[in-house]
Amino acid sequence: MAGFDHGPAADSEPDNPAVSARNSRYGLFLFTIYFTFYVVFVAINAFWPDVMSRPVAGVNLAVSYGLALIVAALVLALIYSWLCYGAAKPQAKGGRS
Amino acid sequence: MIYAPSTLAVVIFMAFVGATLALSFYFGGKAKSASGYFAAGGQIPWFINGVAFAGDYLSAASFLGICGMIARYGYDGFLYSIGFLAGWVVALFVIAEPMKRLGKYTFADALNSKFQSRGITFSAGVSALVVSVFYLIPQMVGAGALIKPLLGFSHWQGVVIVGTVVTMIVVTAGMVSTTYVQFIKGSLLVLFSGILTAMILWSGLSTVDYRPELSAPQTVFQAEAGKHKGKKLIDGIPQGTKPGEHDLRPVGRVSRLPDNMSATGPMGPWKYLQTLQGSEVVLWTETSSQVELVWPGDVEPTRGKQTVFSPAPTSGAEILRPGRHPMFKGIRSDDIWSKLNFISLMLALFCGTASLPHVLIRYYTVKDQAAARQSTVVGIATIGLFYVLTLFLGLGAMTSGTIDLTESNMAAPLLAKKYGELLFAIISAIAFTTVLGTVSGLIVAASGAVVHDLISSVGGVKLTDHEKVRIGKISAAVIGVIAIGLGIVFEKFNASFLVGWAFSVAASANLPALVMVLFWSRTTKQGVTAAVLVGLCSSLGWIFLSAETFEKVFQFSAADAAKMAVVPFNQPGLVTIPLGFLTLIVVSLLTKPQSKPAVGDGGTI
Repeated sequence: MAGFDHGPAADSEPDNPAVSARNSRYGLFLFTIYFTFYVVFVAINAFWPDVMSRPVAGVNLAVSYGLALIVAALVLALIYSWLCYGAAKPQAKGGRS
Repeated sequence: MIYAPSTLAVVIFMAFVGATLALSFYFGGKAKSASGYFAAGGQIPWFINGVAFAGDYLSAASFLGICGMIARYGYDGFLYSIGFLAGWVVALFVIAEPMKRLGKYTFADALNSKFQSRGITFSAGVSALVVSVFYLIPQMVGAGALIKPLLGFSHWQGVVIVGTVVTMIVVTAGMVSTTYVQFIKGSLLVLFSGILTAMILWSGLSTVDYRPELSAPQTVFQAEAGKHKGKKLIDGIPQGTKPGEHDLRPVGRVSRLPDNMSATGPMGPWKYLQTLQGSEVVLWTETSSQVELVWPGDVEPTRGKQTVFSPAPTSGAEILRPGRHPMFKGIRSDDIWSKLNFISLMLALFCGTASLPHVLIRYYTVKDQAAARQSTVVGIATIGLFYVLTLFLGLGAMTSGTIDLTESNMAAPLLAKKYGELLFAIISAIAFTTVLGTVSGLIVAASGAVVHDLISSVGGVKLTDHEKVRIGKISAAVIGVIAIGLGIVFEKFNASFLVGWAFSVAASANLPALVMVLFWSRTTKQGVTAAVLVGLCSSLGWIFLSAETFEKVFQFSAADAAKMAVVPFNQPGLVTIPLGFLTLIVVSLLTKPQSKPAVGDGGTI
């Protein structure tokens, strides 16, 4: 368990405002996509619940949409991680040169 | 139902407890600094932190409550799974990196990063304490409710055992031991839920065990007065396992499969859902009333509550659509308040996750923003996988003939029992570590708020690093004792009801302030303080004045509670979250500083 000795906080990576701002833009864009997806799900359930019984890929829309929301969260999270990694990489290279 | 205590479950539970305590004492000997105690020195690897997120977040409400709800009512429980998981999108895309960048110990740090206001620290500290305590109560009540059937202890003994173990975990080594307990719990929970799901899919669906006589109605009468107070009659016969006594039958069977099959054999997950949708399952409805009846052998009648459970053969297509649970059935009606109540709940679940203090402080346990981001992605993967599994665990319990009609929270452990005593013992022990992991995170969050926010920042008490750790440990012990007391006092309380409260209060009090501090450069310290306090008080007030509280807390009948309610629906989020944003905007505009404010984080977007 080396490294967990309750010592002082480890030095963090230096904060780069440009990278932080770009990550925030990516985050807000992906958040808007997911939020829209979620709002449509909640709205269908609230105002057109019968639509949730319609078949989609062999099961009803309620199940397929619900599972899609869970999978979409992971997919968007991975995309965000990839975008942020791509954004940080040139900065890191630039910082070293 | 009456359960025989399992020796194997006791042994495995004790082994889990022993292992977690040993881990705590190992780390405890190395505790030196406040940063180490409250934030693990920012040295937790991102993968471990990500799985610990799952261990922190997946409380008894998720594991036991959702499985039980799906087992009894079908799809509606899965709505909670979706909402609980969706909230992590807010955490990752909006909160994670700024939280790490702006704070050190508590989420008040992030709120206060550019103001240095005692008002903000006070309001955020109080909010963290209130939300943590609301979240603590159902965990402790859940621990007590579980320990009796699983291990044979009484409710108060269960609460004391769990409370003592958790307090020792936190007091010995703070966030480091808490993190590893949560990591172990999160890993085991997902692993064994996966194993149980694989067994469900391997077994498939079957009508072999279905016999119409097993679907006869069942009646439970619980005496509320006289010499039999607290005792039960099952179908008119005293409850028990001795000769002349009677107990409830476990229920939950498939009555018809597609194409009149008798058994499907092993299936993949999608095929399982398709087959269930084309099947018919016997669900059970319940109606309760106050009655007087004569206890066997008595002459005088005894007053009590009678609940009649009736079989309701239901098509799979109906089970896999929303609107069967009492909380959600309004969405199929034309009642606009019911629809708004549903929207309000889903909004609170979406916004609440990224506002929970015990979740937010986990961003301080990693070294930088990249680690905060990566650990959240791991958390989403782990938690998302678990919530997909809850659907199969719930449906598996629904169709396996193991449901206890009087205790839906036991659905997952009883399902495991079908597959053997060992799996039952392990699942039961994991259910307790579920409580341990979440409660330890809550106690760390609450003690951090007390020491760092309220005593040090607001009270102005100068503390050395060593004193912060010492007072943090004392605070954790006091909060642990309070949690034990509340867990005993609130024994009869509905656990999921309180979790819903915590999400609504957290989302209303914390999220507007967090978001606006990050994204609106004209935010003022007065605006933040007002938003937190208004969000906190309005959500608590709304809950207090709702029909649900009058019915479930003050024990009025549903009709009387509906008449007495001051607010038109139960869930506050739809009103109080926007109210928090509105308060912050109005107060900030009214209190904008004379000089041009420095460009903070809000200006970077």
